[in-house]
Amino acid sequence: MYNPTVARLTYRALLGRRRALILFLLPAMLLVIAAAVRAFNGADDQVAADVLGGFALATMVPLIGVIAGTGAIGPEIDDGSIVYLLSKPVKRSSIIFTKLIVAIAVTMVFSAVPTFIAGFILNGNGQQVAVAYTVAALVASIAYSALFLLLGTVSRHAVVIGLVYALVWETLFGSLIAGARTLSVQQWALALAQKVTGDGLVTSDVALSTAVALLAAVTVVATWFASHKLSRLTLAGEE
Amino acid sequence: MSTQIPQPSQAAPDTTRIHNIGYRAYDGPRLGRAYARRSLFSQSLRGAYGLGRSAKSKVLPMLLFGVMCIPALIFVAVAVVTKQSKLSIEYTQYALYLQVVISIYLAAQAPQSVSRDLRFRTVPLYFSRPIERADYVLAKFGAMASALFILTATPLLILWIGSLLAKMDFAEQTKMFGQGLVSVALLSVLFGGIGLVLAALTPRRGFGVAAVIAVLTVSYGAVSTLMGIAFATDNTGAIQWLGLFSPMTLIDGVQSTFLGAPPGFPELGGPSTGAGVIYVLVVLALIAASYGILMRRYRKVGL
Repeated sequence: MYNPTVARLTYRALLGRRRALILFLLPAMLLVIAAAVRAFNGADDQVAADVLGGFALATMVPLIGVIAGTGAIGPEIDDGSIVYLLSKPVKRSSIIFTKLIVAIAVTMVFSAVPTFIAGFILNGNGQQVAVAYTVAALVASIAYSALFLLLGTVSRHAVVIGLVYALVWETLFGSLIAGARTLSVQQWALALAQKVTGDGLVTSDVALSTAVALLAAVTVVATWFASHKLSRLTLAGEE
Repeated sequence: MSTQIPQPSQAAPDTTRIHNIGYRAYDGPRLGRAYARRSLFSQSLRGAYGLGRSAKSKVLPMLLFGVMCIPALIFVAVAVVTKQSKLSIEYTQYALYLQVVISIYLAAQAPQSVSRDLRFRTVPLYFSRPIERADYVLAKFGAMASALFILTATPLLILWIGSLLAKMDFAEQTKMFGQGLVSVALLSVLFGGIGLVLAALTPRRGFGVAAVIAVLTVSYGAVSTLMGIAFATDNTGAIQWLGLFSPMTLIDGVQSTFLGAPPGFPELGGPSTGAGVIYVLVVLALIAASYGILMRRYRKVGL
């Protein structure tokens, strides 16, 4: 299923030249904020949870997920160079699977690792806050990558749609309509974080079993549908 | 046309002839550099709303334009029906509340304005016309800023017309409407410049979109988080300087100092007048810097 050549090409497409810069920008910002908060405020478990929940999990993870997930396949479909890959004797489903693995790995490295470091800067992992949000970021990376990889195969405007989902649906509607929170990757990941910290620092609106089931379902269905779309891909001309 | 068998010229020099096959030189008006610049501007501006492009590319800008205007219509409807003596939103605050929509619009349209020219290497074709580098940059910059101005000023126009329909005080509403227009004009030029610079750095549209969104919304989120923490820990002196680090809080600082707008974070207070001058200077410096970076970027692009 995993094809090392496809993986190498995808890594190069994601991290080559100056593209990695934007991926470094967000984690660097998180670390700067964490350091500033620690300097202003000292170690405080609640503030640490707020910063990690509000900035790392709510903003940084989805943004990096959008960049890595759609960037793994979107540009290739966009400029038509995907035909050279599709004409090789590699199964379409293994192309999708490989690209998903790469997208997950990139998202995890650029979101979970900085979250963990920021957690340690903020309060030295008091009450397991750093570990909890790192687990949440890791889990969210998988679901976001699968979801945005699917978007990349479905639409040319995958990045915009992904951003609208991440910023408008999860942040705006999530804070206004309680029901939207049940259908949000962020809340599913928070359910796991809640399990890790145990007490009231991290709260999620979704029960743990529901969250795990939905996460698994979204990942599997999105991956299956993405390979289904890729297997009958038609290349449209530039608008 | 010519059916003559070609003869070696040194053998029979007197038999060579040049046939007039009817090509004619262009003797119509030469419309020149200003016309080319104007055309590029209007094409870019129309393109930013998907006009003259496929139906699919009209969907997103028109949808965002609608989303921008609907709240204004609701405010106006409420004000007219309940006979309010004043609108329930300030003109200057409207863009602040809907900044996510503005950011998404800019993120979607700035790369489509410049990235595709870079990726399909059409930039050299532009420069084969009688336009200079400054013309290209000015036309694209102006078009992006105008598109954003249309997006942000139309809801204000709706609010103003609505306030007159609701028989509010004409002079006061017009003054506030004018202040709102100045504020969104500044916002349009600043955001347009930032968006184009980020989009022009990469020929890949997806990365351009992500870069614009990351810079606009993440910097705003980061700055407001830091402001909140500085407020909670009584570091109130730092708050007015933190606003310098994100485009939206910059505009907010300028308008709350000079344009009579309530500050975006009322409990934190706006910047002092001295700090407000620095806000204006930073905004102007950023606009000049984005023009300068674009000029540098197009010095040897695509050749």
